[in-house]
Amino acid sequence: MGELTLNLVRLGVIVLLWAFVFSVVGVLRGDLYGTRVSHNAGPARATRETRSERRQRKNSPTHLVVTEGRLRGTSVPLHDAGLLVGRNPECSLVLTDDYASGRHLRIYPGVDAWYADDLGSTNGTEVNGRRIGTGVRLDPGAQIRIGQTVLELRR
Amino acid sequence: MTLAPTARPSTVTSLKVRSGRLVELVLVVFAVAIVALAYVNVSIATEDRLPTDVWWHVGLFGVLPLALHVVLRWRARYADPLLLPIATLLNGLGLVMIHRIDVSQGLGPTDGVAARQLLWTGLAVAMAAVALVVVRDHRVLRRYTYTAMAIGFVLLLLPMLPVVGQEINGSRLWIRIGPFSLQPGELAKIALTVFFAGYLVTTRDALSLVGRRFLGLQLPRARDLGPILVAWGLSVLILVSQRDLGSSLLFFGLFVAVLYVATERTSWIVIGLSLFVAGAVLAWQLFSHVQQRVTLWLDPFAPGQSDQVAKGLMGLGHGGIFGTGLGEGYPYITYFPASDYVIASFGEELGMIGLFAMLLLYALLVERGLRTAIGAREGFGKLLAAGMAFTVALQVFVIVGGITRVIPLTGLTTPFLSAGGSSLLANWVIVALLLRISDHARRPVSERRLDPTTDRAHPTEVTP
Repeated sequence: MGELTLNLVRLGVIVLLWAFVFSVVGVLRGDLYGTRVSHNAGPARATRETRSERRQRKNSPTHLVVTEGRLRGTSVPLHDAGLLVGRNPECSLVLTDDYASGRHLRIYPGVDAWYADDLGSTNGTEVNGRRIGTGVRLDPGAQIRIGQTVLELRR
Repeated sequence: MTLAPTARPSTVTSLKVRSGRLVELVLVVFAVAIVALAYVNVSIATEDRLPTDVWWHVGLFGVLPLALHVVLRWRARYADPLLLPIATLLNGLGLVMIHRIDVSQGLGPTDGVAARQLLWTGLAVAMAAVALVVVRDHRVLRRYTYTAMAIGFVLLLLPMLPVVGQEINGSRLWIRIGPFSLQPGELAKIALTVFFAGYLVTTRDALSLVGRRFLGLQLPRARDLGPILVAWGLSVLILVSQRDLGSSLLFFGLFVAVLYVATERTSWIVIGLSLFVAGAVLAWQLFSHVQQRVTLWLDPFAPGQSDQVAKGLMGLGHGGIFGTGLGEGYPYITYFPASDYVIASFGEELGMIGLFAMLLLYALLVERGLRTAIGAREGFGKLLAAGMAFTVALQVFVIVGGITRVIPLTGLTTPFLSAGGSSLLANWVIVALLLRISDHARRPVSERRLDPTTDRAHPTEVTP
């Protein structure tokens, strides 16, 4: 084996090592460009709605809006799967309110309206000034207070 | 998280989910090819011929990650595709360097340390496969939070026991059972990560909510300092009784890191660092072996002390930017060229360019771990993945920092590279757990399994 072969192999090891690093980084780009942000409201519905359903939908709220507190102005679309409110990062609405619990409140659709469960929070949840337990009906415009944050359902 | 800042909501959806298994297969083959070329390089440089049985040896190594790849296709289809190739490449390069040190001592590929390391690699990959098959869902591990604590502490304290414990090179880190000697601290770090994650996911509210603000830091209440003080006490105990600054720093750092991830309070890092500095200064004043390490760090060329750091620096200097080439330097002059000082050996033979590529591989491995933590949808998985990624990062920092004189040298193993079975075993199990968590995090909604640990307090998994 000559000097040339040795040097070529030596160079090859370094070049391949870096080629490996770059191919890994190339795959990583998927993390940066792997999501699609669409600015249209809501996911497309799979089935056609009937007229009465649509009328009812028109009246039912579509958003949860923060009207007071640090996150004032934030709105989260309501989901048929329901959503969690609290300080834990896995909640759909992550509060930065020191009086909120990790998993504080669950909001989910019922037959005719949206309902809320307090998930055993430390400082409680008030709807229109009354402390709530579970299965509380939320009418449009109801004021949901968690610590220093006030939430409201809006159309 | 669908936090829309305006009234017009944006929905963030993933593009078509790719399992990434094909990418993984290609990269694993690529990694094995690099290892094969490096192996050939050593042989040409030292013996001026191709290694005998090169296909046999490379095949024996290559079949291990490929088998794990098959297990992943079977049991964790959506796991992160980059963890396995990176671990494979690092492990393979470690094997090549160990073999190269063997050659310098007149040992062949079958009777040297490398053969034993290959055996350990097989065992470690098998353990990773077992972990992937047995732990179908990482959330199950949360049930064993306190069992993991007990196991972790027992493993940590085992080397201090009189019969099984062994003192090698001034540190009590090993136990000897029959012909096997093990470093139980390596396995303890997995158990303790499980414990820290399980413990902090339930207590983080109390540790992050209350407290006064002081100089822009949210300070915790005095009575919430309990856990961090216990962790600190234990790490000081390790420092004193086992004379090992490295693992002491590793365990305390791991706890503080998981605590920070759990609570988002910078004050815990400040408190943790000041506690550690206080402990380290105290140890420096009280113990002569710590003083030796510090003088060795500040002045490695001073006469009348160990020349280990100096020899490592000479090696790195001899390698320069491009390195001497595998098999053409003198890494075997340093003490422990295949275990503690394997990074210096690589620095000499692959040069700064090669060493930086390897450090990047570590960075990418850690990044994948932290990315897994971001993707995980429940607290326990997040903390577990972040903790595991952090142990790898901290371990690399401590040992590379020690060799390059950023911090005082302490004998930690370099993940995947160092000769030594326990470290290899522990790191492959860590990779297996990260793969398991990432499989769970990347799995599309339609294929998700329900929570095995359903409890009434957390009724639904809400997917925004």
